[in-house]
Amino acid sequence: MEMTVTDVEYVARLARLELSMAEKELFAGQMGAILGYVEKLKELDTDGIVPTSHAVPMENSFREDSAFSSIGQEKALANAPDRAGSFFAVPKVIE
Amino acid sequence: MKYQPVIGLEVHVQLLTESKIFCGCSTTFGAEPNSQTCPVCLGLPGALPVLNKKVVEFAIKAGLSTNCSITPRSIFARKNYFYPDLPKGYQISQFEDPICQHGWLDIAVDGGELKRIGITRIHMEEDAGKLVHGELSGPGDGSGVDLNRACTPLLEVVSEPDLRSSDEAVTYLKQLHQIVTWLGICDGNMEEGSFRCDANVSVMPVGSNILGTRAEIKNVNSFKFVKQAIEYEIQRQIDHIEDGGTVVQETRLFDPNSGTTRSMRSKEEAHDYRYFPDPDLVPLVISREWVERSRLELPELPEQRRQRFMDKLGLPLYDAEVLTASRALADYFEAGVAAHGNAKAVGNWIMGEITRALNDSGTVIEACPISPGLLAELLTLIDNGTISGKIAKTVFDEMWRSGKAPQAIVDEQGLVQVSDSGAIESLIDEIMAANAGQVDEYRGGKEKVFGFFVGQVMKASKGKANPSVVNELLLHKLKG
Repeated sequence: MEMTVTDVEYVARLARLELSMAEKELFAGQMGAILGYVEKLKELDTDGIVPTSHAVPMENSFREDSAFSSIGQEKALANAPDRAGSFFAVPKVIE
Repeated sequence: MKYQPVIGLEVHVQLLTESKIFCGCSTTFGAEPNSQTCPVCLGLPGALPVLNKKVVEFAIKAGLSTNCSITPRSIFARKNYFYPDLPKGYQISQFEDPICQHGWLDIAVDGGELKRIGITRIHMEEDAGKLVHGELSGPGDGSGVDLNRACTPLLEVVSEPDLRSSDEAVTYLKQLHQIVTWLGICDGNMEEGSFRCDANVSVMPVGSNILGTRAEIKNVNSFKFVKQAIEYEIQRQIDHIEDGGTVVQETRLFDPNSGTTRSMRSKEEAHDYRYFPDPDLVPLVISREWVERSRLELPELPEQRRQRFMDKLGLPLYDAEVLTASRALADYFEAGVAAHGNAKAVGNWIMGEITRALNDSGTVIEACPISPGLLAELLTLIDNGTISGKIAKTVFDEMWRSGKAPQAIVDEQGLVQVSDSGAIESLIDEIMAANAGQVDEYRGGKEKVFGFFVGQVMKASKGKANPSVVNELLLHKLKG
C-alpha cells in the first residue's frame, strides 16, 4: 500500500515527532509495507462477524468504590522533569 | 432573512463516588495538589486501570431516568490527544457502544407545552487534571498541573440538536441537573465544575432543513452563562453570515466577564482522536437482571412526583413544580402533609414563610430549624382558631429563632387569639365612638371605610382578635 511523505507528516504531527526528510521517506516505505501486509486480511470474507475489540475472552472486571491512601505528593512528583511547588511545571498554557 | 438557531448540549456530570473511576484515589475536592494520585491516574507505565463498579451503577441509573436503553455490551476506548493536563496522552472514554443510548427528556416550552429533546448517548469517562496559571511559587512564567482531578468519574450526556432557543437549552439543562442531583449521583455544584456544559450552536435560515456549521462553546459554568453564551453566539453567527462570511467549525471559549465567545486557537487543529478499544479494560456486559434491579432501586423521579402531587394531593402545576425543586424539599413537604393533612396549606407555608426564611438566612431545606411536624402543629393552631394567620407569622419567626414548639410560644407570650365576642364588641364600640366621622361615611354608602375599621380593631387588639369574628361584629354594628 502506498504511503506518501504527506501521510507520514500527518501521523508525525499527531505523535509530536519531528522527522528529517530522509526519515520521512524511509518511514513512508516501511509503513506502506506494513499496511500492505495487513491489507491481506481484506481477502477474507468477514460479513456477519462482530469486530473483535479485545483478544482476551474476559468481561466485567470491577473494583468496589472505596478510597485508598494515595502515594503522596513527593512520590507523585519524584519523576517530574520540572516542578513548581507541589505542581508539575509545564510551559505556559493559555486559553 | 430570519434565522433559526439549532442547539445541542454536551453535559459533563461528575459522579459522587468516593474513589476515582479506574483507581482507588480519593475524589475529595480541594486537597493539596497532586496528593490524591497513584500510578494509574498519573499515567505511569505499566499501571492497570480497573473499573469502579459504582460508576456503572450510577450510569445505569442516569440512563434509566432519561429514558435511555442500556447497552448490553459496552466497551471503553482511548481518545488520543496531547494536552498538559492529560498524563497518559489519551483519555479513557467510550466511543462505539456507550453504556446508554437513545433516550429523551420532555421539557416544558412556551405555554406549558411539552417538547421531547433527544438524548443521543450517555457515556462514562475519566476527567483530566487541572491547570493553574500565575499562582505558582516556582518558575514564574509556566503553568502548573494538578492531577488530583485526573481519573475522576464523569458521565457525558449528549443531546440531539433538538433545542431551538437559549431558553429551551436552559430548561433542558435544569431538568437534567435536577435528575442527577435527585438520584444522588452528582452534587450538581456548577462552580466547582461538578456539572458543566458545552454548547454546540449553529443557525440556519427559517424553513431550511439543512443544519448550519456549528461552533462548540466551552466553559459555561452556570445556567445564566449558558443563556448568555448561546445568545451571544447566535447573534455572532447571524451577523457574520449577513456580512457575507461563513461560519467555521471551531471551539470557542465563553468569557463570563464580557459575555462574549472567542476562538480557542489551541484547539483549531482538526481533531483526529484515533479512538480504539482500550485493551486494559475488558468489555462491560450488563444483564437484563442488572438493569431491572437498578430500575427497582430508582427513587420516584421529579416528574412522577410532580404528577402525583397534582393528581393525589390536588396541587396546581406551579405549586407542584416549586415543591419538587429538590428531593429534600419534596420530602419535607410530604412529611408536613402527613402530619397535618392539608396539602395546599402546608405547600403555601413552605413556598412562603419557609422559603423566605431559608433565603434570608442562607440555609438549605435539609438544615431547616423547623421540622415538618412542628410546622404542622403551627397550622393546626390556626385551624382550630387558637391563633390568627397574622399571629402565626410571629410564632413562626420565634420557632425559627428558638426551635421551640408553637404551642409553647403561644402560651409563653400570651398570643392566644381573642374570639370572645364581648371583648371584641367593646373594642369596636370604643373605635366607633372615636371615629364618628368615618361611621357616618360608611352609613352614607362609602363601604370601603369598612377596611379602616377592621384595621383599627386588629391594631387595638394587637393582632389577637379573631378576624372573622371582627368582621361579623363590625358589619352588624356599623349597619346600626
